[in-house]
Amino acid sequence: MKTYTPSDQKDTRSGFGEGLYELGKRNPNVVALCADLTGSMKMDAFAAEFPDRFIQVGIAEANMIGIAAGLTIGGKIPFTGTFANFSTGRVYDQIRQSVAYSNKNVKICASHAGLTLGEDGATHQILEDIGLMKMLPNMIVINTCDFNQTKAATIAIADHIGPVYLRFGRPKVPNFTPKDQKFKIGKAIILNEGKDVSIFATGHLVWKAIEAGYILAEKGIDAEIINIHTIKPLDKNAVIQSAIKTKCVVTAEEHQMNGGLGDSIAQLLSRELPTPIEMVAVNDKFGESGTPEELMIKYELDTINIVEAALKSISRKS
Amino acid sequence: MSSIEELKSLATQVRRDVLRMVHAVNSGHPGGSLGCTDFFVALFNVIMDHDPKNFTMDGVGQDIFFLSNGHLSPVWYSVLAHSGYFPIKELCTFRKLNSRLQGHPATAEHLPGIRIASGSLGQGLSVGIGAAIAKKLNKDDKLVYTLHGDGELQEGQIWEAAMFASAKKIDNLISTIDYNGKQIDGPTEKINSLGNLKLKFSAFDWDVLEMNGNDIEEVIQTLKIAKAHTGKGKPVVIIMKTEMGFGVDFMMGTHKWHGVAPNDEQLAKALAQLPETIGDY
Repeated sequence: MKTYTPSDQKDTRSGFGEGLYELGKRNPNVVALCADLTGSMKMDAFAAEFPDRFIQVGIAEANMIGIAAGLTIGGKIPFTGTFANFSTGRVYDQIRQSVAYSNKNVKICASHAGLTLGEDGATHQILEDIGLMKMLPNMIVINTCDFNQTKAATIAIADHIGPVYLRFGRPKVPNFTPKDQKFKIGKAIILNEGKDVSIFATGHLVWKAIEAGYILAEKGIDAEIINIHTIKPLDKNAVIQSAIKTKCVVTAEEHQMNGGLGDSIAQLLSRELPTPIEMVAVNDKFGESGTPEELMIKYELDTINIVEAALKSISRKS
Repeated sequence: MSSIEELKSLATQVRRDVLRMVHAVNSGHPGGSLGCTDFFVALFNVIMDHDPKNFTMDGVGQDIFFLSNGHLSPVWYSVLAHSGYFPIKELCTFRKLNSRLQGHPATAEHLPGIRIASGSLGQGLSVGIGAAIAKKLNKDDKLVYTLHGDGELQEGQIWEAAMFASAKKIDNLISTIDYNGKQIDGPTEKINSLGNLKLKFSAFDWDVLEMNGNDIEEVIQTLKIAKAHTGKGKPVVIIMKTEMGFGVDFMMGTHKWHGVAPNDEQLAKALAQLPETIGDY
């Protein structure tokens, strides 16, 4: 098992903030919009440096999405910023009609996704956003795993013409991806080559998958660990090639099982290469208040859950 | 196209187009389309600075228009076609399979003149504001026009946008409200009254104008005044009184024709009141 040493602990949202600031310097067409969460979204640097291209919309997310769609018509590249809950479920029809169906070049950037938002509780802990967004035609769906990758993804999506949903989170997590790693939409990253089980993880669960890989290695199990940062379009080739090799699969994500990464991979494999699959995800429940760590344990999204899922998946190989 | 007689003649033809389009597919929304025909004819033929033969999505250097109440697609399509955006004969494809003229306006089929999908109500004002901000950022001094139904104002997003537009001094935007007092389920007054609409927009700090939308000379005059009111720090709204179904006696004075197509007999009766002028598609 390849060893990963994080350079530091950083929040993914700060990666977004830095990436956005970089874009502001590079591309005069990049415009940022925020619905009264500039500090939480780490958009302060952009707002201070480029006040003419920063639009504070106030607590009016539907209006923000519409304005963003309108800005694209004049050739701008708008990045909207608010929490994942308010970026998706609250404005689903606005995104569906004015952004996805109209195929507008809007970048919907969403922080505080999932249980790791923590103490605010289930009202804010959206676990359905990947599903909502991946169902929309034209929409790209990305869930980054650490600070460096979030920064790289933020910069990369400005070059993609069309709607993108970029999901990241609140807590500080190990920052381990290479600082200079280019972000390629739809290109999975193999973190460890293995032969016994494939672990496909996204977002904060990528690091936990690496930790699970260490534990599995101690048990003599050689896990292949793949970072699926882009849920849509899914890197089908990477999934199938790995499943051919290992013959059993685990998926891991901070999201509902319904509509998430696991569901995308299961759909692909059931059609093209039926393979035993175990899913580490929230199973049809809302979250609750608690620390991120406590919640990840209670809702069975922790390292040990990935290990157990891997053992179970291996046991199901024919 | 400049004389009032020519514009009236075009308006009559557009009303015929609207009726024939919805009749042909036994679906669509004739009532509001007929009520707003004079507005569309005036806007696209007299008021807007635009280049129908060279449609660009970004509309840089041109006035641009958004139809927020997308169900008025028949009148918009007819006026777009008569303005030269696409062949008039294409109107016969309205709402049919593989057409660029979708039931509600859409961009996926690349119909010239359409810049965003609309139909799900309440979204067009926000879009117009975004386009207006882009014009300011691009140092483009042309204007953005939007049209909304009065029933549509029951959507909360409209008021999010109305609050924002004045707060941020979006003064290159002219929004018009089709104030016909009717919606699918009945009179707006009974469904969910708008109350004093003029006061509401004034309280939201918009520059408010009013006009009779079925008097084309008044429409032109008021739109010219509205243009003169732009660039003064406030968004401009025109509360446009119209009669749903205008031009066809049995379609006026009722909400019944909001979203119902005439049958053969009703079509013949309606067309008899609107003699062919420029020529049917």
